[in-house]
Amino acid sequence: MQHWFGYLQLIFEGALLTAQLTVLGCALALFMAIIAGLARMSKVKAISIAATCYIEFFRGTSIFVQLFWAYFVLPLVGIPVSPFLAGVLALGLNVGAYGAEVVRGAVQSIDKGQSEAALALNLTPYQRMRHVILPQAFVIMLPTFGNNAIELLKGTAVVSLISLADMTFQSQVVRAQTGSTAIPFLTILILYFMMAMVISRGIRALERHLSDGLDVTK
Amino acid sequence: MVQPIIDIQSISKCFGDLTVLDNLSFQVAPGEKLALIGPSGSGKTTILRVLMTLETLTSGHVLIEDEQLWHMERGGKLVDADETHLHKMRNSIGMVFQHFNLFPHKTVLENVTLALRLVRGVAKKQADERALELLDLVGLADKRDQKPASLSGGQKQRVAIARALALEPKIMLFDEVTSALDPELVDEVLNVMRRLGEETDMTMLLVTHEMGFARDFADRVLFFDKGRIIESGPPEQIFTDPQEERTRTFLRKVLSAGVSRAESAAVAI
Ligand SMILES: Nc1ncnc2c1ncn2[C@@H]1O[C@H](COP(=O)(O)OP(=O)(O)O)[C@@H](O)[C@H]1O
Ligand SMILES: [Mg+2]
Repeated sequence: MQHWFGYLQLIFEGALLTAQLTVLGCALALFMAIIAGLARMSKVKAISIAATCYIEFFRGTSIFVQLFWAYFVLPLVGIPVSPFLAGVLALGLNVGAYGAEVVRGAVQSIDKGQSEAALALNLTPYQRMRHVILPQAFVIMLPTFGNNAIELLKGTAVVSLISLADMTFQSQVVRAQTGSTAIPFLTILILYFMMAMVISRGIRALERHLSDGLDVTK
Repeated sequence: MVQPIIDIQSISKCFGDLTVLDNLSFQVAPGEKLALIGPSGSGKTTILRVLMTLETLTSGHVLIEDEQLWHMERGGKLVDADETHLHKMRNSIGMVFQHFNLFPHKTVLENVTLALRLVRGVAKKQADERALELLDLVGLADKRDQKPASLSGGQKQRVAIARALALEPKIMLFDEVTSALDPELVDEVLNVMRRLGEETDMTMLLVTHEMGFARDFADRVLFFDKGRIIESGPPEQIFTDPQEERTRTFLRKVLSAGVSRAESAAVAI
């Protein structure tokens, strides 16, 4: 029995890395989603084309390939990337590409009267987006963003392929060392599930908080 | 006429094949209260939207206090205005919309302070004080911390008026500001506008189906049809002794339908 503590601790260390990858990956994904989503709607052709290329490329190729590129190919062209950074980049850029379409859809769903009223108050285009459109659109994005974040969490397992010691990687280690499959895999099953719960509960709380006064289906 | 504050010179506006404003010219004197009436689809809203720079022109010129609204001078030639020029020109103009368009994620007070803070850079404390004065003027200071969703239509429109007043525009545009309201809420909004008319020297252009209000509020009435001015004059003349057959027909329809206000607002002419 005693030796299981050591193994469980290994898995918990992996869980911490999984959590870190998820948080940083989500931060990058959110950033990319907003930038690319807005850029896609730009009147400047070059900007909207660049955004479209990014979105289509990352949605059209698999996250495995993107991860291998980040980890193995970037160093070849002189950009050294740690496994952790490669993981964050691949996850964030991949999920951000899906999020960009969510941002675009949500922004376009806001009543035109809102930006017209903001223009009549002489707000600049940036201020209209930042203070009037995005806060309302964000509430609409949230549920889908929650799903995206959970997808990203599940996607973190791919980083074990570049030998990052995440939760999945560590459970393989434990399995190899103990010969037990059920215990390590049951442990990470529960841990993944709990993390996903934290995300969906958090998103729902945020949604309740932000949707005060807004006419969104709860 | 004294130096006009708004000088509209042969403007036209087309949406594809549809000519909505047809080579239209008129002037507005500083402080004048102008009512724009006419059948729906005659281009009244479009005029206000052109003045608010929400809608571009197909041709013609608009001068606000002697300065081009939609154009600017570059090397001795008039070229289309850029965003910087429009931003400067918009300083003198405010608008109240038929459907309020309040910002639902902001409180009543924040709706009114937003432009003061962002456009004028006024500090929060001063902006709040100014906004409270304006909310007081429209009788809604006690709603300051509520979200628009909890207000009645009439209250929403009064907040929208306070919001538009925050930047102290010289020209205010009102586009059928009571026609989305339940009949019993119309008067509270009209009273606020009446008060603005009496207590300020703002130039006010209002598109309205409230003929009674137009009659005792406006200095001058313009009757529109198909993107042209058919007839204009002081309200007494337009409402009691219209010269044009089309004006007579329109007024007969509106006034007979307007026995109850609700119908008058909703009537599709
Ligand atoms: N964005 C637009 N695209 C196409 N047609 C429009 C647009 N806006 C207004 N119109 C048309 O222009 C005409 C005049 O509209 P409007 O100025 O709103 O009239 P009014 O306010 O007098 O009812 C209408 O026939 C309307 O359908
Ligand atoms: Mg109209």
